[in-house]
Amino acid sequence: MLREEVDGPTRRTLSYTTRLLSTLRLDGPLLIGLAAIALYSQLILFSSSGGDWESVIRGSIRLVIGATIMLTLAQLRPSTLRRITPWLYGVGLALLIVVDAIGYVGKGAQRWLDLGFIRFQPSELMKLAVPMACALLLRERALPPDLRTLGLLAAIILIPTALTIVQPDLGTGLLILFAGTLVVVLGGLAWRIMGVLAAIGAASAAIGWNFLHDYQRQRVLTLLDPQADPLGSGYHIIQSTIAIGSGGLFGKGYLQGTQGQLEFLPERTTDFVLAVIGEEFGFVGIVVLMGLYLFVVFRALFLTSQMRDTFSRLLSGSLAAIFFVYVFINAGMVSGLLPVVGVPLPLVSYGGTSMVTLLAGFGMLMSLYANRKLAG
Amino acid sequence: MSLGGRIKDFWREQHLFEQRIVLAIVIIAALSIVLLLRLGWLQIVKHGFYTELAAGNQVRIEALPAPRGVIYDRNGVILAENQPAYQLELVPEQVPDLNWTLRRLAEIGLIAEEDLDDVRRTIRSRRGFDSVPIRLRLTDEDMATFGVHRFEFPGVDIRTRLARHYPLGEIAVHAIGYVGTISESDLQRIDRDRYAGSSTIGKVGVEAAFENVLRGRDGRREIMVNARGRSVDKLGPLQPELKRSPGEPGHDLFLTLDLEVQQVAEAWVKDRRAAIIALDPQNGEVLALVSRPGFDPNGFARGLSRSEFKLLNEDPDRPLFNRTVRGLYPPGSTIKPIVAMAGLEYGIIDPLEARFCPGYFSLPGSRHRFRDWQPRGHGNVDMVTAIAQSCDPYFYALAERLGVQRLHDFLGRFGLAAETGIDIGGEKTGVLPSVEWKRKVFKRRSEQVWFPGETVIFGIGQGYMTSTPMQIAQMTAIVATRGRHWVPHVVRATRDPVTQRVTTIKPKSLPAVKLQNDAHWDKAINGMRAVMQGGTASRAAFGAPYSIAGKTGTAQVFTVAQNARYNESAIAERLRDHAWFVAFAPIEDPKIAVVVLVENGRSGSGTAAPIARAVMDAYLLRKFIVPTAAPVTDTINPGE
Repeated sequence: MLREEVDGPTRRTLSYTTRLLSTLRLDGPLLIGLAAIALYSQLILFSSSGGDWESVIRGSIRLVIGATIMLTLAQLRPSTLRRITPWLYGVGLALLIVVDAIGYVGKGAQRWLDLGFIRFQPSELMKLAVPMACALLLRERALPPDLRTLGLLAAIILIPTALTIVQPDLGTGLLILFAGTLVVVLGGLAWRIMGVLAAIGAASAAIGWNFLHDYQRQRVLTLLDPQADPLGSGYHIIQSTIAIGSGGLFGKGYLQGTQGQLEFLPERTTDFVLAVIGEEFGFVGIVVLMGLYLFVVFRALFLTSQMRDTFSRLLSGSLAAIFFVYVFINAGMVSGLLPVVGVPLPLVSYGGTSMVTLLAGFGMLMSLYANRKLAG
Repeated sequence: MSLGGRIKDFWREQHLFEQRIVLAIVIIAALSIVLLLRLGWLQIVKHGFYTELAAGNQVRIEALPAPRGVIYDRNGVILAENQPAYQLELVPEQVPDLNWTLRRLAEIGLIAEEDLDDVRRTIRSRRGFDSVPIRLRLTDEDMATFGVHRFEFPGVDIRTRLARHYPLGEIAVHAIGYVGTISESDLQRIDRDRYAGSSTIGKVGVEAAFENVLRGRDGRREIMVNARGRSVDKLGPLQPELKRSPGEPGHDLFLTLDLEVQQVAEAWVKDRRAAIIALDPQNGEVLALVSRPGFDPNGFARGLSRSEFKLLNEDPDRPLFNRTVRGLYPPGSTIKPIVAMAGLEYGIIDPLEARFCPGYFSLPGSRHRFRDWQPRGHGNVDMVTAIAQSCDPYFYALAERLGVQRLHDFLGRFGLAAETGIDIGGEKTGVLPSVEWKRKVFKRRSEQVWFPGETVIFGIGQGYMTSTPMQIAQMTAIVATRGRHWVPHVVRATRDPVTQRVTTIKPKSLPAVKLQNDAHWDKAINGMRAVMQGGTASRAAFGAPYSIAGKTGTAQVFTVAQNARYNESAIAERLRDHAWFVAFAPIEDPKIAVVVLVENGRSGSGTAAPIARAVMDAYLLRKFIVPTAAPVTDTINPGE
């Protein structure tokens, strides 16, 4: 078995590190996987920022902040997490409404609240609060959920999703939707209901098309035919596929990517950072990163499978799976498989609060795992 | 483990959850494979394709404009050269908001408001990454203004280019022509790639006709650029191999123009509407080519604003109009020596036979009087006297006997109503009327009939006949050389600026005009000599140390009614007759043939002849006489 099974008094030969991790309620392999991704991200950030040490320093500070939050959340007991869930959700929803109202009054895109010392994005909070609320609700009900529960779940998920999409922030909105839906699916949603929901989803997508902003519609159309507007909305996809494709098997070498270094690649430190990796480190570089991501996801799913409490495993499972959703959507849009929806590459894209949210999620996951035998 | 009484549910839930986790793992694995396939497609299968695209992204080809050839006169005086000048250029794809940028540039006075549409059109016609000149020849103030506002204009910059400069301004502008901003219509007929490095193109004159010689070939160099199109020399360790191909500078041109003669000619018609051409009859070289009024070609090279151009283009004096090759005028009496030769050639007239000139001519059976310019008539005149005095009735009668077809054919042998073939192009052909011509040109049946009276006035170069001054000059040169027919030309040689090798352009000639008897030339030339000796233009020949053959002429602008008297003072200036004078000298060995046409100059002898004399003096004697302040006015001989 794996090392984390080792926590009984029978094993006195535990290494110091293992004991420290166990005291901090952290999972070693997961931590190593996350650290490796973080290291990779700083390496590529130096290149994508054009050799700017300041960016790297700021990125590292952000990582440290995220790690601290992860460490802190790992110390919470699952019961505490459950207790704060309604509050978190309520406050998050209220802030979302405030942000939307400000945006409406100010006639423009509004995603964050300026608190003076920090700019806070309520939709990021909802990425955690929505799956927490769903998991909490399902903990109280028999599974698989009945229709009434599903109605409640739909409200819990769709209200913040809608409020986020109208900001407009399609990427985050979709992630909130996925995070909540994943909880429900993991909770044992019946196949035929899923089928019905998928049909409803398809229908509402068709209707929703009319409510999308022009630029959002454009992104979808662009995916179908990037060359239609090569200097406009098609520019991102064209330039990123050129960057990735020209990287080849082994890449052009560190700091040698012409697409990135000569600034043809837009948003190369943030959403399109994968193209820089593809260009400079090639197929091999992307496969290595994908390997790290899959390791983290599978490790998180393994930890989840060890949990006994419904809230814990639904939340953990959702957090693990949503991490992959991030990766897939980002990689998909950068390589031209999906429309450009503004989802960052987890832990690698520079800036934004998503890194903090992700690490907070992993902190909770580790707390739930450390206390896997308590709840139930 | 607390089971909390939900033990049945628990196992079921546990089982369900494990199922779903496995499902999640399967889906994740499947989606990962999709991603890897996509990346493999891009990075392994299509790698070559995208490598090329990336290379195309980063390397841009920049044109290195070739310096345009310098234009010299026959003695090596510079007529057109290149000077470094600053111009405002804009790279469309680097400008965030084109409309705002242009409006703002107009606001601070760097482009004229009225030119905005033109500038926009020009920008639209160029490629997005080309640097488009939006304002040529910035002044020092313009540069300072732009300097202050530079931060407002990303994608707009001042660049140094070689700009065309014409040191003599208006002098010989209709021969040299000018370069101007490449227009949309230019773009349709040129290879855009060849002109990527330049903003101007030869528009008219030598500059246009010899565009391909003067232009040279632009060089090319590859430059590495970033996404904003800014050139970057080097990128860290990245040092791509950049190619460079040098261009070829344009060839210099040596014109046949004699600047000193040209300047004298220009000075004499400074404030008039006039055309002057001086040819070397021995080879067709154009020694002077004047079309007045002129204009400053530097304006075009600098870029005229819409209103400046409108002013020039709509000027009633038509300064942009090259009268020497495009102006069509009735040649008037200048063709009388040719008509006389036609009479000899067809054996219709004895040159020594004196005919009585009563001051008018009537066709048999008609009472209509075709008047002589001299109301009292010339009395008895033979051929030489008829030419010398420009006796109209003599030629009316001769024309009537010749008939329109023979007149048409014979005059046609002197290159009339055909392009002279001058190397600056843009010629009009004019009209040599004939019965057939009239049938073709007029639509209505009643108008297609050729009337005998039309033949009569054809004999003195009036009626339907029109010619350009260049045609008349060529005709005069043919007479001077007794039939040799050279194509007039302005360019005599080109020079490769690299090897300094001069290539002479061989003058072109057409089949000579052969008469049945060479003595026929003598008769016409004697008549023209007599014009200068006791004839209509004898005053213009006064004191000339060389022999001159000449002929005066007037071209009617205003038709005098049958019984009215020609009242000079009552006729508005623009309705006055045009004054012609043609001459060549020395008669024994002709070195120069001159044509002077002064629009509304009234008198060939009074207005035009002294100008021709001055031009001949300048060329033959290197004696440069410019008119005194008051223009020469003298006796009026309408219809001579």
